[in-house]
Amino acid sequence: MLYTVANICLVLMAISIAILFIRVIIGPTLSDRVVALDTIGINLIGFIGIIMLIQNTLMYAEVILVIAILAFVGSIALAKFIEGGVVIDRGDR
Amino acid sequence: MIEVIVSIFLIFGAALSALGSFGIMRFPDVYGRLHAATKSATLGVISIMIGVFLYFLIIQGDFVGKFLLTILFVFLTAPVAGFMISKSAYNVGVKLWDQSTQDDLARDMKKYEKKQGSNS
Repeated sequence: MLYTVANICLVLMAISIAILFIRVIIGPTLSDRVVALDTIGINLIGFIGIIMLIQNTLMYAEVILVIAILAFVGSIALAKFIEGGVVIDRGDR
Repeated sequence: MIEVIVSIFLIFGAALSALGSFGIMRFPDVYGRLHAATKSATLGVISIMIGVFLYFLIIQGDFVGKFLLTILFVFLTAPVAGFMISKSAYNVGVKLWDQSTQDDLARDMKKYEKKQGSNS
């Protein structure tokens, strides 16, 4: 029963990521695209968690942590970039 | 019995994630989309990871601390990322929805500039 539920949840997460990808393509401003990409990164964590449960393995635990860190750093860097064009500053510009 | 609990956590998390992405598709401006994105997607992923953690802890017998670390990391960093994106969108001049009635940040920034002007 658990594996059927996990497969249904995997389909739901795939639909969710597909809808977010439509928003990445048609987003009117750059901020919409950054929001959608950040949410895609968060949804991928849950996606890989369900894949770990289905395949019954622990090999993807580091992959989850790396995707979480890269999504956070990428969102912060893109937000700073669309604001001023300077990614790393000391707060004195 | 534990399979039912893990299934409830998984279905709750996946439904919240799908609901958040429908909200991103349907809301009219960037700030509403940020509410839909950060809150519901974060809670959905936390629920899914709690389900996977309970599965590996009770059924398989492995205590995996990386899942708890992932939950803590997502819980800490997703609101920070949403705040940074909304601040940069406001500074770069993205318009609010034309039927929204309240813009407290513009009022407060005008008040702050007036105070700075009177001081100098």
